[in-house]
Amino acid sequence: MMQALLHQILSGLANGGIYASVALALVMIYQSTHHVNFAQGEMAMFSTYIAWALIQAGLPYWLAFFLTLGFSFAAGVAIERIVLRPVANAPVLSVVVVFIGLLVILNSLAGWIFSYMIKSFPSPFPSDAWYGSPYLSPHEVGMIAVTLAVLTLVFGFFRFTPLGLAMRAAAQNPASARLVGIRVGWMLAFGWGLAGAIGAVAGMMAAPTLYLDPNMMTGVVLYGFAAALLGGIDNAWGAAAGGFIVGVAENLAGAYLVGTELKLTVALAIIVGVLVVRPAGLFGRTLIVRV
Amino acid sequence: MSPLLELTGLHAAYGPSAVLHGIDLQVAEGGIATLLGANGAGKTTTLRAICQMMVAVTGEIRFAGERIDRLETEAIVRRGVAHVPDGRGTFTDLTVEENLRLGAYTRRDRKAVTADFDRIYDHFPRLRERRGQQAGTLSGGEQQMLAISRALMLRPRLLLLDEPSFGLAPLVVRDIFAILRRINQADRVGILLVEQNASLALDLADHAYLLETGRIALAGPSAEIAGDEAVRRAYLGY
Amino acid sequence: MKPTLLRSLGLSLLLALALAVPFVASGYQIFQATMVLVYAIALFGLNILTGYNGQISLGHGAFYAIGAYSAAILIDHQIVPDWATVPIAGAICLVVGYLFGRPAARLAGLYLALATFALAVATPQILKYRGFEHWTGGSQGIILDKPDPPAFLPIDADQWLYLCCLAVTLVLFVLGRNLLRGRIGRALLAIRDHPIAAASMGIDTARYKAMTFGVSAAYTGIAGALGTFAAAFASPDSFDAFLSLRFLVGIVVGGLGSISGAFFGAAFIEFVPNLADRISKAAPWAIYGVLLILVIYLMPSGVAGLIRAMTQKINRDKETIREET
Repeated sequence: MMQALLHQILSGLANGGIYASVALALVMIYQSTHHVNFAQGEMAMFSTYIAWALIQAGLPYWLAFFLTLGFSFAAGVAIERIVLRPVANAPVLSVVVVFIGLLVILNSLAGWIFSYMIKSFPSPFPSDAWYGSPYLSPHEVGMIAVTLAVLTLVFGFFRFTPLGLAMRAAAQNPASARLVGIRVGWMLAFGWGLAGAIGAVAGMMAAPTLYLDPNMMTGVVLYGFAAALLGGIDNAWGAAAGGFIVGVAENLAGAYLVGTELKLTVALAIIVGVLVVRPAGLFGRTLIVRV
Repeated sequence: MSPLLELTGLHAAYGPSAVLHGIDLQVAEGGIATLLGANGAGKTTTLRAICQMMVAVTGEIRFAGERIDRLETEAIVRRGVAHVPDGRGTFTDLTVEENLRLGAYTRRDRKAVTADFDRIYDHFPRLRERRGQQAGTLSGGEQQMLAISRALMLRPRLLLLDEPSFGLAPLVVRDIFAILRRINQADRVGILLVEQNASLALDLADHAYLLETGRIALAGPSAEIAGDEAVRRAYLGY
Repeated sequence: MKPTLLRSLGLSLLLALALAVPFVASGYQIFQATMVLVYAIALFGLNILTGYNGQISLGHGAFYAIGAYSAAILIDHQIVPDWATVPIAGAICLVVGYLFGRPAARLAGLYLALATFALAVATPQILKYRGFEHWTGGSQGIILDKPDPPAFLPIDADQWLYLCCLAVTLVLFVLGRNLLRGRIGRALLAIRDHPIAAASMGIDTARYKAMTFGVSAAYTGIAGALGTFAAAFASPDSFDAFLSLRFLVGIVVGGLGSISGAFFGAAFIEFVPNLADRISKAAPWAIYGVLLILVIYLMPSGVAGLIRAMTQKINRDKETIREET
């Protein structure tokens, strides 16, 4: 009984890593634009397809991985500069609609280019690796390691590099950032690029378990939303913590409460619950409830 | 010698309402000019127009002989214009040190930047004490010092100050103005000072411009204007 | 000719055409026309909420599903006669919508969008849940018979269903139009555009917003009930997130905050898949996506707004000509 519980918790942490990455990408975009990137999941899914295509073409896994990161970064920058610039100051509804438009375009583009047939995606962590155990498969260990690496790199970037500092400044106070010579528009674009790259990592880590099809990331991104809200949509640390909490909660709820068929309902419950009870989340500050 | 900053026929509007109706103004190289006037006269608008922080601006703005009225704010800053806006514009969630580091964001000379940090901390020891603190937790006077310091970290050729005395205790203001004079004399930094406190401003500046509902009503050496009792009573309230 | 007279003639013509449809079109075309009416009702509902009242819902498919399943379950278990299921479905959705709307009233636009999006994504799973299987039929869903026309009318089930939908559509639109053109409509617009001012004028913003949610859900629920009769089945996967997104496409393209826009949008979402499907399975949504973005960039008031702008220009040109001669 304890063994099963431990397994659920650890495995939940592994999934939580993916949710933490998605939540981090969402929070990054929210902090700089005050918008929720509804298309985050589809961007990650599309990146994963690119990786799949590269691997199919014969490239070794890690080369495909890093090339995909580069592509996803560039795509994120392009999306911000081309699709989102025209609605930079538009009302909320307009921006939401543009995000949804982006979502469905990416979804249908993936279906058209790569077909709707489910594909398998390799894991770089062999199933008989030494670091596997009865509690965590090698892939799950790998997921946690990769997530921690991503989180460390991203936090380190923002905390210790001049560009990271400039991006934080541009997100917090664009007018003042301009007055110190920061090109705020490009900071936004880089933020999107980073979010795209982080999303790609999440997608590539999730694909071996979820199998690759155009709707692969819908559930994952819902959990990403739940994690970001739970942690506090304006707090990057909160997003990461929220991801792990939500991952464990999903597994425990699935195993002991509602069964595995209602997992998305758990995400919905978390989202609605946070918004109604404590909109700022556990660690956030923004007042998002109004009149 | 051409002036450091020259405004010719500057018009500015917020949407349909025109605020500036043709401003002519000059700041000499290493000089200090002050822009005085009542609330709503257009003083802040003038500074914002210089930095292209507004949309509907026409007229010529020359910085060191070069026209800057078609450039983006970031490009103007990179040419050496530092603007301390009203409200100070500090990055309240970042530390004091991070704020200062951002002031030097466009500079490439790392050693000189480190030297400048020391100089700033010498001018304002309180900032050194609080370097790791979040800027938002500083007092009003300290935030103003931080805002001016951040501007100085650019090693600007021109410093635009919007009401630096606002909301500060008189002793603090006196210290700040003394430091401004020191910086102007030591580094030949030109200053355009927008101020409500006319007597302080006239004391610091060489030249004064009086702005009244978007037009320059009076201009001249500050000693003359300060000495003219009729002008002082009519326009400056003292 | 005076504009209002022209308008009345135009509407009468449209009504005559609408009545003619079941007698000149094939069975499948009648079905498509019925679905246009059904979607028009659903879009009108969504428009009341999002277009007029400014509350963004990405999850109206859920209310459509509640209406559909309410009707299907009532028929399947033979609890009430066919015609009664529609108002009952509406009433259920009114209550559910209101209950959802009360906490939702406190959420700013973006967060409501997020919450309703989550609802849309989770809906099929909830419908498939094994615990409800006895009622909902689980993953299989429920299969219905189309309601029979009364014996004394010489028409078939498809035609009868179309005419009933037409009647319901007219009633709901007239009711809704009167509501929106009057004091309540102005209150909704005030809440959308100047919420703080509205509250300080004594409008109970939260209650209005919740009621709007309820009414909006009721319209969409009625559409769901009618739609399920047309389709003759209700299954969880037909109420996925893309249904909600289709509704969004409909009101954006048709015209936010416009009554006629609901018809344009409904025709759009009914016919585009039929045409685009021939190109590829992915094509309809690629078209929807591109159009969503283009409409926002270029034509934010949708098709209805475009027509209104054009007719205004024609009227203005006529005025100019009259003045000059």
